[in-house]
Amino acid sequence: MSTPMENSVDLLPEGPEIPHVTASRRHRREWVQTAKAAWALRRTKIGVGLFLVILAIALFGPLIAPYGPTEFVGKPYRMPSATAWLGTDNLGRDVLTRVLNGGRTVFSLSLTATAVGMAMGILLGMFAGYSRRSVDDFTMRALDIVMAFPHIVFVLLIVAALGPRPWLIALAVAIGHAPRVARVARGATLEIVGRDFILASEMLGTAKWRIMVTELFPNITSPMFVEFGLRLAYSIGTIAALSFLGFGLQPPAADWGLMINENRIGVAVQPYSVFVPVVMIALLTIAVSLIADGLARAIIGIDRRTGTE
Amino acid sequence: MPLAKHILWRVILGFITLFFASVLIFMMTNLLPGDPARAILGPRATPEKLAILREELGLDRPVAVRYAAWLGDISHGDLGTSLAGMQQPVTKVIGRRLYNSFLLVVLAAFVSVPLSMGIGAYTALKRDTKLDATATIATLTLSALPEFVIGIVLILLLSTQVLHILPPISRLDPFAPYLGQLDLFILPVMTLTLAVLPYIVRLLRASTIEVLESEYISMARLKGLPEPLVMRRHSLPNAVVPAIQGTAMQLAWLAGGIVVVEYLFAYPGIGSALVDAVSNRDYPVIQALSLILAATYVFLNLAADILTILITPRLRTGMR
Repeated sequence: MSTPMENSVDLLPEGPEIPHVTASRRHRREWVQTAKAAWALRRTKIGVGLFLVILAIALFGPLIAPYGPTEFVGKPYRMPSATAWLGTDNLGRDVLTRVLNGGRTVFSLSLTATAVGMAMGILLGMFAGYSRRSVDDFTMRALDIVMAFPHIVFVLLIVAALGPRPWLIALAVAIGHAPRVARVARGATLEIVGRDFILASEMLGTAKWRIMVTELFPNITSPMFVEFGLRLAYSIGTIAALSFLGFGLQPPAADWGLMINENRIGVAVQPYSVFVPVVMIALLTIAVSLIADGLARAIIGIDRRTGTE
Repeated sequence: MPLAKHILWRVILGFITLFFASVLIFMMTNLLPGDPARAILGPRATPEKLAILREELGLDRPVAVRYAAWLGDISHGDLGTSLAGMQQPVTKVIGRRLYNSFLLVVLAAFVSVPLSMGIGAYTALKRDTKLDATATIATLTLSALPEFVIGIVLILLLSTQVLHILPPISRLDPFAPYLGQLDLFILPVMTLTLAVLPYIVRLLRASTIEVLESEYISMARLKGLPEPLVMRRHSLPNAVVPAIQGTAMQLAWLAGGIVVVEYLFAYPGIGSALVDAVSNRDYPVIQALSLILAATYVFLNLAADILTILITPRLRTGMR
């Protein structure tokens, strides 16, 4: 999906008022400013709060779970009782225990997929944006080939070829993200490459890769953090969807997406085994989106205050 | 004429992209580790049987030859033979399903586009009221949700736990007229609608606000035109234009969205067929379906770009 942020990036308070400050130090101040402005918004606070609660459930859930994740505690599809607070699942395992155990994979896979996809996308996007026109065109056209597939179809194609393995799912989702991230990173790069401080570095004879690392990258981090949030929300959804389709985590693993698939036949008898994992995934994606939205608004706000166009 | 030339170039680029996408599909389903013959016959197959099947599938020929043959067959409308079940031609396996999916997407588009544009324009009119604030939070929340989460919540609400008014499974009867089975379409269409709605609402809200602040709207109002007429004749048409590209992109998203939604409702379309084919490692069907979905996706995105060029005067005349 496209992002509304693609062309709203103009963050550098450039000008003569801050001479002799390296790009990274100048950036650090700007980044703190963005974070502070984002934190002032209520939606960011709600998002961060929700995120931390669900992260805590995922991290510490396995420690406080009353049973083992694959332990049979009763007959299948039993409604909540004193022994199983959220009832039992399709095989008679404790739903609460499996919910408490099912978050770690969701977090680890989606964070990995997003981080790897962002790294690939930023590298490709900066490279394209800071290259000669022909190299830029070629890179972006090549990325269009991956973009020719709807994200989930691309991932399914890789799964079909190599089989359903969790690390492969994360990598496939990452590769699907990369060209989309690259577009945003390229757009942000193009806005900066003509600036004086880049030209100055070039005239000093600084190597291109060094300019990319020390001058370009620090100046596109704010939009990239917003992009990271949007991509993370999308990764969580896609990875949960893949588990739901049966291509992610494999039984008997406890995973929120997989739980939904395993228990949906019994949803009329025992709704909690489906409803609770659905709510967990929903709250997590909402939390991440709220944070991303808060950051995006903060960046626009900063733009207004400094009066840059 | 430079405009026509530019559009033609975009179309050609679309075809080139699609050509390389087909190479990628073929490579992924042929070159990567994992022997299709073994995948079909299972781990206990004898070497002789494997060899026979490999020959049958043409796996003994060089890859480039196989790719050329595959592409040639496709251009004649021959998508190969399914490896699963009764080994029917792929065209037969997916023909009906293609129609079903087309129907689903068209229905979803016809419901979601006017609805979300209406909501967007209305919330713009009511800007900074409680209703607008509520709608903004609602669309932000909804846009965060993955489509299968929306679908499951709808199943819980409308067909199992709270109300029992809609069937939770949309297994269409291919031998009965679809008009009599309209209730089976409601939940899948609703899910897809809710998935694309938030983005279009936000687009239209933003563009309407921009239009409402323009001078020609003030002019129309000062002329004494009644507010509904101002809305209908002046604001809405101008507000829709900048939202067209984003809307078309959301409709292109449906090409991927149907995969999960069809599987969730057991709707007999190409999305659920792709999921089945991936589980069965039915390569000819996977190849055909991913190519069809990619083509749909590429050309809907292309249509979005071209429409934008055509309706934006600045781009139309500014084209060198």
